[in-house]
Amino acid sequence: MSETRVVGKPLPKVDAATKVTGRAVYADDMLPARTLHCKILRSPHPHARIVSIDTSTARRIPGVLAVITGADLPVKFGILPVTQDERALEHEKARYVGDPIVAIAATEEEIAAAACDAVEVEYDVLEPVMSIDAALERPKGERIQEYGGPNNIHKLVALEFGDVDGGFARADHVREDVFFYQGNTHLPMEQHSAIATYIDGRVTLWSSTQVVHYVHRALSKVLELPMHRIRVIGAAHGGGFGGKTDPFAHEIIVAKLAMLTGRPVKCTLTREEVFYAHRGRHPVLMWVRTGVTRDGRITAMHFRSALDGGAYGSYGVASTFYTGALQTVTYDIPAYRFEGCRVFTNKPPCGPKRGHGTPQPRFALELHLEKLARDLDIDPVEMKRRNFVKPNTWTVNWLRVTSCGLEECTEKVMGASRFRERKRTPGHGMGFAISSYLSGAGTAIYWNDMPHSEVQIKVDRGGVTAYCGAMDIGQGSDSVLATIVAEELGLQPADVRLVTADTDTTPIDLGSYSSRVTFMAGNAALEAARKMRALLVEAVEAAGKRYEDVSFEEASVLGEARFGTLTTAGSYTPPKIAGPYKGSGVGPSPAYSYSACVVDIDADARTGLVKVNKVWIAHDVGRAINPLLVEGQVEGSVYMGLGEALMEEQVFRKGLHKWPSMLEYKSPTFLDMPEVETFIVETNDPEGPYGAKEAGQGPLLPVPPAVCAAVHDALGVWIDEIPVTPEKVIEALRRKEKGEPARYGPPRFPSIPYPETIKVDGPVGHQEGTY
Amino acid sequence: MRRSGQGYARNGLKNEILRDVERVVLSLNVNGETRQLLVPVHKTLLEVLREDMQLTGTKHGCELGECGTCTVLVDGKPHLSCLVLPIQIDGRAITTVEGMASPSELHPLQTAFAELGAAQCGYCTPGILLSARSLLEENPRPSRDEIKEALAGNLCRCTGYTKILEAVELAAERMG
Repeated sequence: MSETRVVGKPLPKVDAATKVTGRAVYADDMLPARTLHCKILRSPHPHARIVSIDTSTARRIPGVLAVITGADLPVKFGILPVTQDERALEHEKARYVGDPIVAIAATEEEIAAAACDAVEVEYDVLEPVMSIDAALERPKGERIQEYGGPNNIHKLVALEFGDVDGGFARADHVREDVFFYQGNTHLPMEQHSAIATYIDGRVTLWSSTQVVHYVHRALSKVLELPMHRIRVIGAAHGGGFGGKTDPFAHEIIVAKLAMLTGRPVKCTLTREEVFYAHRGRHPVLMWVRTGVTRDGRITAMHFRSALDGGAYGSYGVASTFYTGALQTVTYDIPAYRFEGCRVFTNKPPCGPKRGHGTPQPRFALELHLEKLARDLDIDPVEMKRRNFVKPNTWTVNWLRVTSCGLEECTEKVMGASRFRERKRTPGHGMGFAISSYLSGAGTAIYWNDMPHSEVQIKVDRGGVTAYCGAMDIGQGSDSVLATIVAEELGLQPADVRLVTADTDTTPIDLGSYSSRVTFMAGNAALEAARKMRALLVEAVEAAGKRYEDVSFEEASVLGEARFGTLTTAGSYTPPKIAGPYKGSGVGPSPAYSYSACVVDIDADARTGLVKVNKVWIAHDVGRAINPLLVEGQVEGSVYMGLGEALMEEQVFRKGLHKWPSMLEYKSPTFLDMPEVETFIVETNDPEGPYGAKEAGQGPLLPVPPAVCAAVHDALGVWIDEIPVTPEKVIEALRRKEKGEPARYGPPRFPSIPYPETIKVDGPVGHQEGTY
Repeated sequence: MRRSGQGYARNGLKNEILRDVERVVLSLNVNGETRQLLVPVHKTLLEVLREDMQLTGTKHGCELGECGTCTVLVDGKPHLSCLVLPIQIDGRAITTVEGMASPSELHPLQTAFAELGAAQCGYCTPGILLSARSLLEENPRPSRDEIKEALAGNLCRCTGYTKILEAVELAAERMG
């Protein structure tokens, strides 16, 4: 590892002072002169035809300046090109409680709200579809969406890699299990907010978004304006976790209202509305069947998933593929069949949440292997280790693994937690799990040949400015950019001015999702900075000096004198490594992070309560550009994983969200959070900037299965469904006492009309196990 | 959820919207500056701070008293500004995040939060800083459990709380 000055140092974030003084300007903090306030009337019915909308009374209310319905914004949009199924306002049909119907701009927020009350909407109420099972049945009335598979099925996938039947035939033991991962939501502290202006024929939108580029595209499409007449700027961001990665109705609505009124228009969602905007974790039912040899080597795996998608497509097609993609990236599976299904239901649409589509199968896979190991009387940790993937290999489903720190991560947490020496007392347990995640999706959301990230650097007047479309959502993407530029130019991160997430002034970056920023924007920044350094070195040396001996100001002046304005650019395009089959775009990444986790719990057999005492987690980040921020991402991921494992769930009753409030939607507080001991493992990825991979999502993944493994260790019951609530623990213990299977979880996996399996050969050499 | 077709027109909607809003003159002492304001009597302290005084450092997460994000200090004690009517606290000393730092230097809590990465998205940070400041003024060397107890009403979704606890401990040590 070469010597670095700022890379690898635990420096404060470049925006830390702004954040701790309350000076960061979030979208709702903006209040330009003459701002109008927007409120959205939403459907009170989960499924209904809209017969008529009468806005005449609302329009007459003093202070109301504009009222719009779906007829004003008829063009459909959606994050994926294949599922353009949303409207900013729906005027034909409501598909979930909270579907936007009418938007009103008024001089006061209260007037806009009262005007919404004055709108008369006549609905023809339809039978709601509220579960996976119901969506698989013949619709009682009309289906939710007009496209997709039979009944209320949205997407069906069936892929097979290698000789699965042969693999099962070769197995000494085969086991099947069924698991369920309940849906949950991001619950960012900041409610979504957007504010738009329309000046000189141009729309400018400030929004709390993770991806200015995708919002830009959606606005252009729905407003029917060319992209150069729209500017999207990412305001300071109050938390995303995947929940602000789709373009949203309110963003399009405020832009339209600004165009109609000529005044700034702002819309900030209420907390209740944030629960309806959702795009959170899909509830997923899973079935997995695995064959193993006597010594615990996997011979074949068959994995089925059924995703409850909610009312619209969102990222759902990608989510579906993700439930089957990354099983092979941690364990060497020589033959693999995946069948996936996403259904539409009359609930807020699900989408990407931290780990996008992979925490659910990870939960199933880790617990399934725990059970398989017990069948074979092999230590589960040992059996998992025997199947770990090796660095620099290809998986049977065509994913390229480069650096891989699974072994080292496992050693770290096993050693520090003294897992093997743990006291075996009833009510106390420890659980182990591993995981892997992407360092950026290898393919963009829509097909294009552009780089995934670009960085420009300008040096003048003794200073340096870096421009990049990347959006800092709190994870520290600005700090990563500044650190890399500073490292190359011999500066401190605080010396680098940043202009980010502005579609007018910054080059493209696909934004903060799929853990892509450090790897992709980082590589682009590295290229731009190295080019800039070369220019400066040339100018300084032409003056008979050495770069290291002059101040940056002097180098800047010499450079500008020699070359004129100093600008450089760098870009990053992921390697084209997707496999030769339809659907291969989901899963490939230039590098995979790896995590291992041990959870220590006390579980009370009387109350069913699970108390987490401590979490040890090791994360292979490749290289920590800033270890302080990596630790923060790891700790935050563990926290969110514990919330999902123990309490967070998005559930519905009679078509209504059961608890769309922060009090009732339980999330961990300071008092619930255990001590976390984090180990940063550095494997120096050959393609990552300075060897870096990702840290923002991967460490969430092993936490829920490790919690359930610990519950089994403590009480001898399997909770095959998260969250692990006291009721489920008590019920499992009751079943155990009655001599039934000591388990709480879904009894069966439904019959799904999967299409004929597409058979794909694995990469050459895979079957022999020699890569 | 706001229900549609409530028939406001039938129930005298016009009066509802055009009703005379009762306004009060308030003398609010915020961060040592006293300002007189004329505001609707039903406006919350959160709204008055953000909208009438442009003190947008105070954030909102739920406006129902559930998340702690809008915490400010009233006479040194944490209050949820979304549940307080300014008329209730006329004349008392209000501190917001804008009042934590002196013009030349940050409060030790702010410095520690910045140094230790205790603020990620930063949205819950102002409320947590003020809750922590109140704690340290009352109990200069709190145990970790005491810090957890004092901050338990403030939710944070980014950090997992660990770095916040470390930062409060570091600030306490430096202030002691």
